[in-house]
Amino acid sequence: MRVKVALFATCLTDTFFPETARAVVRLLERLDCTVEFPLDQTCCGQMHFNTGYRELSKPLARKYTDVFGSYDYVVAPSGSCAGMVREIHPTLGESPPRTFELAEFLVDVLGVTDVGAWFPHRVTYHPTCHSLRMLGVGDKPLALLRAVKALDLVELPDSTQCCGFGGTFAVKNAETSTAMLADKMRCVLDTGAEVLCAGDNSCLMHIGGGLSRLRTGVRPVHLAEILASTEEDPWRATP
Amino acid sequence: MARNPVTWLGSPTFPKAAKEALNDTQLRQNLRKATGTIRGRRAAAVAEMTDWEMLRVAGEQIKDDVLARLDTLLVQLEESVTARGGVVHWARDAEEANRIVLDLCRAEQATEVVKVKSMATAEIGLNEALEAGGVQAIETDLAELIVQLGEDRPSHILVPAIHRNRSEIREIFQRRMGVEVSDEPADLAEAARVYLRQKFLTTKVAISGANFAVADTGSIVVLESEGNGRMCLTLPDTLITVMGIEKLVPSWQDLEVFLQLLPRSSTAERMNPYTSVWTGVTPGDGPQNFHLVLIDNGRTATLTDSVGRQALRCIRCSACLNVCPVYERTGGQSYGSVYPGPIGAILTPQLMGDLHDPLAASLPYASSLCGACFEVCPVRIDIPSVLTHLRAEVVEAKGRTAESVAMSAAAWIFREASRYEKAQKAGSLARFLAKDGKITSLPWPGSKWTSSRDVPAPPSESFRAWWRKNRCQE
Repeated sequence: MRVKVALFATCLTDTFFPETARAVVRLLERLDCTVEFPLDQTCCGQMHFNTGYRELSKPLARKYTDVFGSYDYVVAPSGSCAGMVREIHPTLGESPPRTFELAEFLVDVLGVTDVGAWFPHRVTYHPTCHSLRMLGVGDKPLALLRAVKALDLVELPDSTQCCGFGGTFAVKNAETSTAMLADKMRCVLDTGAEVLCAGDNSCLMHIGGGLSRLRTGVRPVHLAEILASTEEDPWRATP
Repeated sequence: MARNPVTWLGSPTFPKAAKEALNDTQLRQNLRKATGTIRGRRAAAVAEMTDWEMLRVAGEQIKDDVLARLDTLLVQLEESVTARGGVVHWARDAEEANRIVLDLCRAEQATEVVKVKSMATAEIGLNEALEAGGVQAIETDLAELIVQLGEDRPSHILVPAIHRNRSEIREIFQRRMGVEVSDEPADLAEAARVYLRQKFLTTKVAISGANFAVADTGSIVVLESEGNGRMCLTLPDTLITVMGIEKLVPSWQDLEVFLQLLPRSSTAERMNPYTSVWTGVTPGDGPQNFHLVLIDNGRTATLTDSVGRQALRCIRCSACLNVCPVYERTGGQSYGSVYPGPIGAILTPQLMGDLHDPLAASLPYASSLCGACFEVCPVRIDIPSVLTHLRAEVVEAKGRTAESVAMSAAAWIFREASRYEKAQKAGSLARFLAKDGKITSLPWPGSKWTSSRDVPAPPSESFRAWWRKNRCQE
């Protein structure tokens, strides 16, 4: 039986990184899921909640429940947004539908680690804080990456340290955030990887923004895009 | 009402102080080395324990029970201490506590007192208050002594001189002790030992804090590593202990949990070298006058907040500081308080009780919410949750600001998919600002981002636009 999945693209990915959401669709359909994208979805309210605008985040949490409430599975290509839904929405009076970060859904619900992907690049993986500590995703993304054919996975030193994004923290404490970013970039560059992978476009936008500014030649790529890439239809860098 | 000295007078907000501190290359180097080392050691010390998570839960539950029954447990403690010959004093705030201690010193005609390292006395600014009253307080913990002799401020709960390296310490000792000394740790320790020994033997009054106070026996517990505490707690005639009212445990047996949690979390030791326990006064053995000063200083107010009160579980181990990526880079002094790091970011504003204060209001934002602090906290204080809780209170205290107007507008847009989609389309026009697929400069407040990071050019087609075009039948 095909598993029916609602994709929660997240506002950031929908707006800035559509290729990630398209990759999730391609990947899940390849794994025999039926993917739906309810067009009424917007934002989980994380930015508001984390910045102290709890009251403003409540209607957004309510909207999420309304939009996705009828689905058995909701999948988001973001540990941070999935964490917001799972851990915070209940504190805002919601009973959200079962919401998974992509790697969790693949490993725990679909029970796969080899998704038939092919990605002939040297890759290092940054486990984003909310995937790691809020959701407890653990080494599931690494298990998925290890099963990707032709992928050369190199360990990221001090991988569990925050990259310094932290939502509005990156702006409110821009200098401290940049100091954290600098150390994260040093670790990424030390690996000699050409691709930095993570399960969250927010962190990738932050680290990637720094890597781009310094013209390091390292490209941030979301986990979904690596897993969607196959020998027949390989990942291509978007310009 | 007098100012609460939990924050240092004249300290700038966190972002301003941090910006300065980040430029201090020596500080960055010292902290990277020190926190990196202790992080590794703590992880190893904790990994040895198969029941660590159960201990954390036990620690959380005992402390929550204490906080729920604080009124009756404190009275019980007072009775137990009094029955064993101690005298209990109650202080509403720092000013009251300082006056009580100064009066006690004067009653003993003391002009010098030796001190065991204590966060409570640092919180109330006791040393400064004693000095103003003509009593010289001598810190006997090595790191605390370094801070005192360097006329510096502490930057860490457990290792207040963590921002100093050994050559800096050598310079301070030579200047203030008038001795020639190398920068070898053993030589530096010996210099401090010689300096302090004379003080231990001649000073009649000692002042300590308390790690724990046992309500049913009246016993006070101090954990330390150097033995200076043991000297202070046994040699003088008079011992004055200053303690926050939340430091209680109900019974002697509860200590078994905390004596496992605290050393591994703070110094990464299986057991700390010195654990001193005393109960009132023992005739012919140790100090013959014992005073216990219980301080509130914002704790009762903190207790009324059902989310924020968990900060009062804190046993001052400083594991959260050592794992905090913000603390590691800015150091402790940027927090403008004796309580730095993640715990300081939630404790200081609450003890102060005034989120209109610019420094207090900036502290809950001094975190990327990465959660490393919660992960290591031995009493499971959910620091990220308290941070966002306090941020909501800061937003309320500030009222209407440019930020709040922007946030309201964003929330209004997100409430309706149609508005969101229109905004998305309008926003995607920003791609015309981009060169080579990236935007390198934005006006304020976006400039705070583009000062160090590029922004990807928004694509011409959002995901939902693609979905509509390719997947929708209608």
